[in-house]
Amino acid sequence: MSVPPGCREAVRRLWDHLDRGLEPNHEQQLEQHLAFCRRCCGELEFVRELRTLLRTPTAASLPPDVHDRLDGVIDALGGDESLAGA
Amino acid sequence: METGHRKALQQLARRELPGLYALARHLAGQDAEDLVQETLVRACRASGKLDDPGAGPRWLRAILTNVWRDRLRARGRRPDELPVDEPEHFSLYATLVEEDPLPYSDTLHVDVLGTFSAQDVHLVLQRLPDHERAPVVLRYVEGFDTYEIAAMLELPLGTVLSQLHRGRQRFERALWECAEESGLLEQPTHGTAVAAGRGRR
Repeated sequence: MSVPPGCREAVRRLWDHLDRGLEPNHEQQLEQHLAFCRRCCGELEFVRELRTLLRTPTAASLPPDVHDRLDGVIDALGGDESLAGA
Repeated sequence: METGHRKALQQLARRELPGLYALARHLAGQDAEDLVQETLVRACRASGKLDDPGAGPRWLRAILTNVWRDRLRARGRRPDELPVDEPEHFSLYATLVEEDPLPYSDTLHVDVLGTFSAQDVHLVLQRLPDHERAPVVLRYVEGFDTYEIAAMLELPLGTVLSQLHRGRQRFERALWECAEESGLLEQPTHGTAVAAGRGRR
């Protein structure tokens, strides 16, 4: 899908910008672009939302039977010398 | 191993079990339980090396990632393998603006992303190849920085950065494909977009 030619480089750098992983000169170029480009500011906000979506907790997905079996392994850590590599 | 170390490890492992399992599911899918089990055993053998109890959660996740990496290598696959196909540049934002699935919305992008549940995100991530999924999960789900990821996967930093870039592209494209497959464009619903779409098919 199309991204305006003037925005392509900026769009490529949005994730790295939020990761604080851009080289200083690239960071400066992006900041200058974002200062006047509403479209890329919109995409920057969208990338922020995407990152939030990725962090959505999934801790509730541990099934009870799996939990019980793994809990048994944790119990065994307390006494099984072979697990400890002794 | 000292009894004190064991008890501390048991407490740590019980507290972190849901998070460890979630990471294992992202990395290994159906093999998640087995991966967590081996992680616990390896952590037990190395627990004397954990000096800072506050670092325990990330220490366990690093061990789990190491176990996953070793298993991948044992199967003849490498976490640094290069993709056969370079993903074409893809912007989900641009695609949404062009396709405009929710034409009367002022908050188009938030509305669309709001239809994906945590389970949907997991299923979308499973569509990524191993070597791209792992950096994306470790960076954006678990919050490790790229230097830590490179160390855990035993890869050069440049390789990790390249895999992250490709993985993000593929993640955006996979989200769009799931939205299309689930019928999101015809009938937007809040909640489980992918799961609901699967049910309708």
